[in-house]
Amino acid sequence: MKKIKFSVVIFIISLLLVIWIDLPESHPVLHPPVINFKLFGRTVKKEFKTKMGLDLKGGAHLVFLADTKSLKSSDRDQALEGARNIIERRINFFGVAEPEVKTIKTGPDYKISVDLPGVTDVASAIELIGATAKLDFRILGTDSAKIATDTPIFLQLKNNTKLTGSDIKKSVVEFDPNTGKPVVALEFNSRGGKLFERITEGNVGKPLGIFLDNMPLTWPTVQQKITGGRAVITGEFSLDDAKKLSIAINSGALPISISLVEQRNIGPSLGAEQIEKSVFAGMIGLLGVFLFMILYYGRLGIIASATLVIYGLISYALFKIIPIVLTLPGIAGFILSIGMAVDSNILIFERIKEEIRRGQDRDTAIRLGFGRAIDAIKDANITTLLVSFILFNPLNWSFLPQFGLVKGFALTLAIGVATSLFTGVVITKKLLLAFYKEKKKTKI
Amino acid sequence: MINFLKFTKLYALVSIVIITIGLYSIFTFGYRYSIDFTGGTLLEYQISKNINLAQKNVIQKTINKKGSKVDVKGKVIFLRLPMINEKEEVVIRDQIKKIVSSNVIVARFETVGPSVSREIVRTTTSAAIIAAIGILAYMTFAFKKVTHGLSAVLAMIHDFLILVGTYSLLSYFFGAEFDTLFVTALLTTMSFSVHDTIVVFDKIREYSRVSVKPLSVNANKALTETMVRSINNSLTIILMLIPLTLVGGETIRFFAAALLIGTVTGTYSSPFVATPLLVFLDKLTRRKNR
Repeated sequence: MKKIKFSVVIFIISLLLVIWIDLPESHPVLHPPVINFKLFGRTVKKEFKTKMGLDLKGGAHLVFLADTKSLKSSDRDQALEGARNIIERRINFFGVAEPEVKTIKTGPDYKISVDLPGVTDVASAIELIGATAKLDFRILGTDSAKIATDTPIFLQLKNNTKLTGSDIKKSVVEFDPNTGKPVVALEFNSRGGKLFERITEGNVGKPLGIFLDNMPLTWPTVQQKITGGRAVITGEFSLDDAKKLSIAINSGALPISISLVEQRNIGPSLGAEQIEKSVFAGMIGLLGVFLFMILYYGRLGIIASATLVIYGLISYALFKIIPIVLTLPGIAGFILSIGMAVDSNILIFERIKEEIRRGQDRDTAIRLGFGRAIDAIKDANITTLLVSFILFNPLNWSFLPQFGLVKGFALTLAIGVATSLFTGVVITKKLLLAFYKEKKKTKI
Repeated sequence: MINFLKFTKLYALVSIVIITIGLYSIFTFGYRYSIDFTGGTLLEYQISKNINLAQKNVIQKTINKKGSKVDVKGKVIFLRLPMINEKEEVVIRDQIKKIVSSNVIVARFETVGPSVSREIVRTTTSAAIIAAIGILAYMTFAFKKVTHGLSAVLAMIHDFLILVGTYSLLSYFFGAEFDTLFVTALLTTMSFSVHDTIVVFDKIREYSRVSVKPLSVNANKALTETMVRSINNSLTIILMLIPLTLVGGETIRFFAAALLIGTVTGTYSSPFVATPLLVFLDKLTRRKNR
């Protein structure tokens, strides 16, 4: 009876864990784990899902160019951020699951990219996003005295004043000199200042609502008549809240005009068909490689195929853990990396065979062959990692490509190569030493 | 040991012929550039029945925009147009609906504005240049000798030329588009070319260390040893990529084809281009030193 090694136990446990993560998430019983626990008061939550890109899932990718020419360069970032927040709010209104709104700076251009998974009615989505943000001030309706007092205040704010976002010069976060708490300061232009004076005069002690795109932002109570075109909104804000409010007010005040410069819409059926075909192609390829390796290398080939399966399982688990947005070129990168992973095995096997030809016994041949092959494998894969790094552009340098498709390919290729370094070297060696031993010469 | 280097002239001839045909194709046929690089709109409509040639011609006539192109494949209509917006798309969709008298589903609607395409050209070019510089820098580090580095670089340029040339043929005869994915395939090919050369040169270096015989002898020995690996490696990559090229998703079909050509050339060039070049350059420097 052989003693089971500790490392073997760890290997099997890790493999089971990887398989667990790889399980399809839709199955009621056999689904991947969901991590959800509290650690020192913080909730740690992690689900292992396959994230698919728009080219596979279907949906719309829209890129808007912001016209920032009329703005001072110091105001641009904030204006863009304001526009981004507005767009995000509008999309949430539209009811899209997991939208993604990002600001992009490429050279002198400021852009906003919007990903809308599953959206088919792109025309109305574009219209909704492109509408200029509208900020206005509202006061209590004349009939509000009669309404039951449990109606939320912002619903009672029915009467529009003529004061709008275009009357606001800017809004900034300041700190109350007495309490040190953050407050939101408003600065009006001359027309706005006069209007504001009149409104506050008539509404002392009453709420004044600030609405963005017909959604209430805040409804502070007017303390006194405010002259001079400057006002301060106080309240129990956190610094973050105050900043958000200020940005929201600004985005109404500084409606940067945006224009659509790029859109890519993929119907949901197209993506599904492409996945099916590509996965099918990958399977055929994989079977071909198994067959070839087993026919040519015999027992070694079986070990290589087992390593490849483990390699595939680990890579897929990594895609889910990180998580990586899987695109069609990403699948191609993964398939290519499988081809390259086999290469490490072939290199190792050829070296081992060479050592055996030189008259070494198998155990020594495996150890020597590995040592020799690893140098070449490491050296050789560095260039691939280098190119994937440039293509992936992790720091979003504006002089390098930032498109999702290329990134998807680079990322899966890089992860594939890195994983294959691990599986090709560590796991193959373990398997070889375990299953490719000299036949015991007990009978003579 | 097989004397692989005996046929150096044959290898040179094969490479020169393929590269010449490719370059000829580039200069006469050029490429079909995707909207990533030219700007414009790409539409793919799915309808419920097959389209005949007459209907295709009617569609072509109805759209009647400069630079527009209509392609039909079974129940799918592909349109390539100058940049249009989503309202114009609806107009075109309605027109086609009338012509084919069937439901029309938008399977793909991509629009790239001129500012975006300019930016894509700029960023992909700089990515290619930076990748090339990075690979060269790594090679000077990996191959301590100038002769090794130079022959590896030349082999890489060889692979680059073969891929851009054959892709031009694919573009002309099968409609493959020069897009960002092709640039990606090109960069992958370059890295793979170096990857493979390192494996072969590593072996040559190993033999040169223990034997004082001329480089050509050691190179032949190394080639004999690594040939099985080179062929097997090519074969596995071919086995993985051919199904993807033939039955994989349409959008990555030519990408897979480009990767296939690139990786196979990359493996071929290490023993048959880089190594003969190395031996040649080595002889040249020895003659000079004498």
